[in-house]
Amino acid sequence: MIEARELTKDYGDKRAVDGLSFTVEPGVVTGFLGPNGSGKSTTMRLVLGLDAPTHGDVTVNGKHYRDHVAPLHEVGALLEARSVHTGRSAYNHLLALAQTHGISKRRVHDLIDLVGLHEVTRKRAGQFSLGMGQRLGIAVALLGDPRTVMLDEPVNGLDPEGIHWIRNLLKGLAAEGRTVFVSSHLMSEMALTADHLIVIGRGKLIADTSVDDFVARASQKVVLVRSPELERLREALGGQEVTFVAVERGALEVHGLTAEEIGDAAAAAGVALHELTPQQASLEEAFMNLTRDEVEFGHHDEEQEEVAA
Amino acid sequence: MNAIAPVIHIPRLDSTGRVAFHRILLSEWTKLRSVRSTAWSLLAGLLLTVAFPIIFAFVLSAHWGHMSPQERATHTPLEVALAGVNVAQLAIAVLGVLVISAEYSTGSIRATLTAVPKRLPVLWAKLIDYSLLSFVLMVPAVLVSFFASQAILARHDILQTSFTAPGVARSMIGGALYVMLVGIFALAIGAMIRNTAGGIATFAGIFFVIPPLMNILPLSWNNAISEWLPSDAGRQLFSLDHAAHTLTPLGGGLVFAAYCAAAVAIAAFLLERRDV
Repeated sequence: MIEARELTKDYGDKRAVDGLSFTVEPGVVTGFLGPNGSGKSTTMRLVLGLDAPTHGDVTVNGKHYRDHVAPLHEVGALLEARSVHTGRSAYNHLLALAQTHGISKRRVHDLIDLVGLHEVTRKRAGQFSLGMGQRLGIAVALLGDPRTVMLDEPVNGLDPEGIHWIRNLLKGLAAEGRTVFVSSHLMSEMALTADHLIVIGRGKLIADTSVDDFVARASQKVVLVRSPELERLREALGGQEVTFVAVERGALEVHGLTAEEIGDAAAAAGVALHELTPQQASLEEAFMNLTRDEVEFGHHDEEQEEVAA
Repeated sequence: MNAIAPVIHIPRLDSTGRVAFHRILLSEWTKLRSVRSTAWSLLAGLLLTVAFPIIFAFVLSAHWGHMSPQERATHTPLEVALAGVNVAQLAIAVLGVLVISAEYSTGSIRATLTAVPKRLPVLWAKLIDYSLLSFVLMVPAVLVSFFASQAILARHDILQTSFTAPGVARSMIGGALYVMLVGIFALAIGAMIRNTAGGIATFAGIFFVIPPLMNILPLSWNNAISEWLPSDAGRQLFSLDHAAHTLTPLGGGLVFAAYCAAAVAIAAFLLERRDV
């Protein structure tokens, strides 16, 4: 379980994380969603104590991360930025981390096999592809058999097979009762793996909800209406909160009313309707609608550039 | 792609160990030995330590016959035997900076401090592992350079001394100790600067740039200041003759050790305070 209270982080005069409060529960996959530069990676660094919060507090499994006697058994983390010495082999990287907790070489080998790096275990990590680097990062995250798994953009650079593997892995980890916290800037990815969503933009909490509610909330108030008498229908529906978007001849998208409200109003005004369809916004659209104002145009975080490079 | 994929189970860990200092020491040792720069730097340090005295011994032997008595008097056996220490310190310093700065440049520090979030034990472990390693390698290197250079000089029966002569054994161990302290100082600088080029430049500035600059100052100032510089103070550990304006071996060693302790203290303070 991860609990953040009023978590805030300033870098100079820029506020990266702004008063975030949320709880990540065990047993489900919680997606951590937000546009690039919205503060996801910063939040994860704050969880691990790599960065100190300006205000507020965050605990993992009931304690500050640094107060755990065996941190790797509590949290397994994959950070977005590379965290491997380029001159060291995958095996030695894992071994050095394992040794801090007295974890056996046997387990290091097991995890290398699990993530499919057996062929390149002695190769220097600097020669790894992005996908191999991600697999090594995931092996690190799982090394200590952690109660909480926190992965920052884990599917980055993975091929379709690898992405599929990650989805199953995350579901399996949650099914075992672990806390699984996964960030992504891709809503579609989260739709396939997450049960719960924490959505942030510009460091602020936008939504903390189930995936189903998130979609429903974002899409329930858009209805496609087809009618031979659109002008009369507009008059019948007219109100401050209602807007109309012309879709094609004889059809309108009504924003701000439910299908029931439109149907009732049309019946009362005696307007014939040929179609009345609530528009199920895609997850991607729902996400865009929620975060549109939160994207910082022209701004790039250091860590995003690392990924692009 | 399978519609229903098998759920992946992570093999459970049979025993759960805590973070302990002896484990961090082992972990840092693994890191130290598992990158190529370690082997290359240490090999360079050892070769330089041994090669320079041998080369100088041959050169002096060849030219001794043409040298004036005054010139002969400026040379000492220990100066030849420990000539390599002055060069080896650069290799040890570069590696000392790298031991920590490379963690920052590659990002592996994030993995390191995730495994050991209390942070400071990582710094202590790096310092202990690296200083022990450099000392253990330097002791045989200076002994070899002493006996090899003496053997070469003995063929012309010049610049002879004995290992049991006053101050000789102390100078040998002192030379190894000096290089070890240089490694500690450099590692602390690397931890402060967190950048390889910046760390090495800072070290070179303190050890190789500032000391000769002192010669620009009036002699009385130079004499008063130079003996307290880290390099000059530390050098007394392996100097046999002591001029009027130099510290004693013990005094110089302690002054240099104090510089190292101060550098380590600043590094520790910053490691504790800064975001990674």
